Amino acid sequence: MKTLDAKIITETIKDMCIKTNCIMSENIKSTLEDALNAEISPQGCEALECILTNADIAEKGMIPLCQDTGTAVIFAAVGQDLHITGGDLTEAINEGVREGYTDGYLRKSIVDGPFSRKNTGDNTPAVIHYDIVPGSDITITVAPKGQGSENMSAVKMCKPAEGLKGVEEFIVKTVSEAGANPCPPIIVGVGVGGTMDKAAVMAKKALLREVGEHNPDPEIAAVEDELLTRINKLGIGPEGYGGTQTAMAVNMDVYPTHIAALPVAVNINCHISRHMTVTLCGKEQ
Amino acid sequence: MKTYDLTTPMTEKEINTLQAGDKVLISGVIYTARDAAHKRMIDTLEAGGSLPFDIRGQMIYYMGPTPAREGQVIGSAGPTTAGRMDFFTPQLLERGLSGMLAKGMRSQTVIDAMQKYGAVYFGAVGGAGAYLSSCIKAAEVIAYDDLGPEAIRRLEVEKLPAIVLIDRQGNDLYKIGRKKYECLEEGILG
Repeated sequence: MKTLDAKIITETIKDMCIKTNCIMSENIKSTLEDALNAEISPQGCEALECILTNADIAEKGMIPLCQDTGTAVIFAAVGQDLHITGGDLTEAINEGVREGYTDGYLRKSIVDGPFSRKNTGDNTPAVIHYDIVPGSDITITVAPKGQGSENMSAVKMCKPAEGLKGVEEFIVKTVSEAGANPCPPIIVGVGVGGTMDKAAVMAKKALLREVGEHNPDPEIAAVEDELLTRINKLGIGPEGYGGTQTAMAVNMDVYPTHIAALPVAVNINCHISRHMTVTLCGKEQ
Repeated sequence: MKTYDLTTPMTEKEINTLQAGDKVLISGVIYTARDAAHKRMIDTLEAGGSLPFDIRGQMIYYMGPTPAREGQVIGSAGPTTAGRMDFFTPQLLERGLSGMLAKGMRSQTVIDAMQKYGAVYFGAVGGAGAYLSSCIKAAEVIAYDDLGPEAIRRLEVEKLPAIVLIDRQGNDLYKIGRKKYECLEEGILG
């Protein structure tokens, strides 16, 4: 049996909350630089230049890239042979969020209930997705999610007869209606199949891919490419000011589904696309 | 792209001259207010009270910052999505608000009220909060302190970069820009 101290998990989450909110990933930075070179709209170029300057200022001063430092969305893939000691795993994660958002001067945006709407004061609770996996490691992803892009996301229970074409129309329509609001150039995460909830979680997880990484299934990868081309023809452009650079990537994941089902979820991420992953290994006792 | 230096409060001539797509560098005093502050302002007005500052001729920035570190004026300070304020906006425009700084699309009701009462909607780049905070030289909470990041702040800004999104005539850069660059194809809605 391998073990891991819950305090290490807390420290790791805290560190990731701060870093991912203040430092733009190299993958996104180089993708945005390519977008600036490709963009033809003057207002679009202006927006992209501002976004790239922002990344420099944020990293140098450890100032959050965006004032909406988001809901702390956490993915934890827990090895089934790992034993966590010294505390409760969910509480260890929430404590990491609490310390990260407090010590990192991040904005606390979570309210205690959808109707009472009183700020919890420390950005907890996090939204946590657990997977049980083989092995004795834990892989943790912190993906702070801003609400400007989250609010433009959507789910549709398509009819199987609508097929791939119906799914594609829904995805393009969702991005089209989102327009400027999710801060383009965006990443479009898509989950198709399973049940309503499964599709939504797949869509969010799809946002974690690096730009340039396609679905391993070549047929789905081709759909991703086709959708990206269509979305970039919408004319929305950086920040919605008009232009050719509306999306950086479309990432689609699929799952087996019911004979009567064709659920599709579209989760949109803003141009910062914050996420960071760390694997912690259990130690032999 | 035309670029103008703009000092608040704007003159009637500036309000009438600025065109969707123009770039402006905003200097002077602006006030912050977002969801909860808007709700409280409107509730106060409906209960017969008065607004916490004289909004005539002023500009509101839809923004709730991150906490400032020691020695900083303000934390990250970029715009939030304006559409959530659409419900409250016409009443503020009617009372003389002449500028809004935010990001994202506005409803036709807001655009109509902007034309009727004379106002301009400016866009700051969403997700550029660190950059935009460097243009804020002073910040002070003047009302609704209990709302935390949503409190009303009086900001002094210097050359804060923005784009005219919707002008006084109702021209909307989001529609104009998109029309200019879209490649129409069958089957795309909206």
